[in-house]
Amino acid sequence: MTPVVEGRAIVQDYHVPGSMMRRAKTVRAVKGIDFSVQKGKTLAIVGESGSGKSTLARIVALIDAPSGGELLIDGHPVDIAAKRPGPEMRSKVQMVFQNPYGSLNPRQKIGDVLTEPLIINTDTPAAERRDRAKAMLQKVGLMPEHYNRYPHMFSGGQRQRIAIARALMLNPSLLVLDEPVSALDLSVQAQVLNLLADLQDEMGLTYVFVSHDLSVVRYIADEVMVISKGEAVEQASRDQIFSNPTHPYTQQLFAATPVTDLDAIRARVARRKAARESAAV
Amino acid sequence: MALLTIRNLTVKFATATGSFTAVDGIDVSVDRSEVLAIVGESGSGKSVSMLAVMGLLPDTATVTADEMTYDGQDMLAMTTAQRRRLIGREITMIFQEPVASLNPSFTVGFQIEEVLRINLGLSGKAARERALDLFQSVGIPEPEEKLKSYPHQMSGGQCQRVMIAIAIASNPRLLIADEPTTALDVTIQKQILDLLMSLQEDYGMGLILITHDMGVVAETADRVVVQYKGRKMEEADVLSLFENPQSAYTRALLSALPEHATGDRLPTVADFFQEEAVR
Repeated sequence: MTPVVEGRAIVQDYHVPGSMMRRAKTVRAVKGIDFSVQKGKTLAIVGESGSGKSTLARIVALIDAPSGGELLIDGHPVDIAAKRPGPEMRSKVQMVFQNPYGSLNPRQKIGDVLTEPLIINTDTPAAERRDRAKAMLQKVGLMPEHYNRYPHMFSGGQRQRIAIARALMLNPSLLVLDEPVSALDLSVQAQVLNLLADLQDEMGLTYVFVSHDLSVVRYIADEVMVISKGEAVEQASRDQIFSNPTHPYTQQLFAATPVTDLDAIRARVARRKAARESAAV
Repeated sequence: MALLTIRNLTVKFATATGSFTAVDGIDVSVDRSEVLAIVGESGSGKSVSMLAVMGLLPDTATVTADEMTYDGQDMLAMTTAQRRRLIGREITMIFQEPVASLNPSFTVGFQIEEVLRINLGLSGKAARERALDLFQSVGIPEPEEKLKSYPHQMSGGQCQRVMIAIAIASNPRLLIADEPTTALDVTIQKQILDLLMSLQEDYGMGLILITHDMGVVAETADRVVVQYKGRKMEEADVLSLFENPQSAYTRALLSALPEHATGDRLPTVADFFQEEAVR
């Protein structure tokens, strides 16, 4: 089966211009990454800030053109530097950003947020645009009467639902999610993750999910790619990565993730008590 | 004996649509060299109650309490001048956004030396030496070079180390950390938490850690207060909280952790309150 999205040796360079005191230099943010995602599956890209995971996400979402390598959507090579993607290609791939406070225009009503992709990419009549936006609001767990409200009237979790609704208005097959829950509280995070899982089942969506939180990745991902300094250091199925991480960097990430395991807490409390008693003596 | 005791703290904000109660009768106490975690979602009033202690709330806020004592001194009866001698010296605070907490127009060295000059009355040279010591103790590499750097030239983790250095500059007895690692990566988060815990042990400070992350609580706290909508839901030592949570809200928070997912769906707080209502 043709993968929904495939990357072959993707490279991204950023040029840092020189000044009087400094020479110009080139930073290679992504150093030749291969990946592919099948329909209805979720690929999680895990790494620290500066690892190049967001750079890769922007390439997959057709926002930035890679400096090297090939990106295939539905088996067709796409090169946005050579040819601007048309409405059809834009409809296939959509993106949800990390911060729902920054990604919605405060002066735009929710209805306008949701209908704008249709105005730009399709010639749907106004009445139908409105109906589809209202239906989409219900689908993401909001109400049709939210259509005429402004973003500041919503909480963080509700705003992220709006951002997801906007991304889904064009019936995309691929959704690129860049840290979609890391700005949200724990309980709201659970709601949004549940929503994403439901939408994936219902609409057969394919996700590329960027995150630094391994516990979220464990819940949502089918395949996991761990990247560090622009290189994919480990790529495997979720179960394989979580049961047997082989690369030292992956192991380091696991070691840094806080554990809420009772035995670990018990051990820590005992350690502290011992340290305090020896200090008191 | 308790280092800080607060009884029945209430904070109200005057808004256009009337008064809003952000903190509703909270009791908090922290002992010397104890780590207390205050957990809750945004809007639970966990930051506001500590900002009230620091006196950092805007004029629209009304703070009332039956008792607010620090080390036997009544903070409610203090004059502004007396309070100022305490805040920033004996009680210090670090915030969530390390990059935003520092002034972008001055070098970090200038900013830490300013604290040392004003609070400890050190001369320029002595302040520089002490600043260097502090940078070393919080693990900033090449401290001499870094003193001359501006905040934008440092990473988020390093800026938080600078903030911690500033906060411990006056050997405080109580450090309040408001979501100190929320803006940071997991690996950096671990380093910063390890640093806070080792400083806490070395200096014997009381530490109040405000967080929404149950993982952070599990890795650091001695005792935990769980807050929801301005009210205290539960208070327990860390092990009993995770082992045997008493309030429905705590159970909901714990089960919303993605690593506790059983089956396909994550339980949410709303599910939990529904369950309670049915029962």
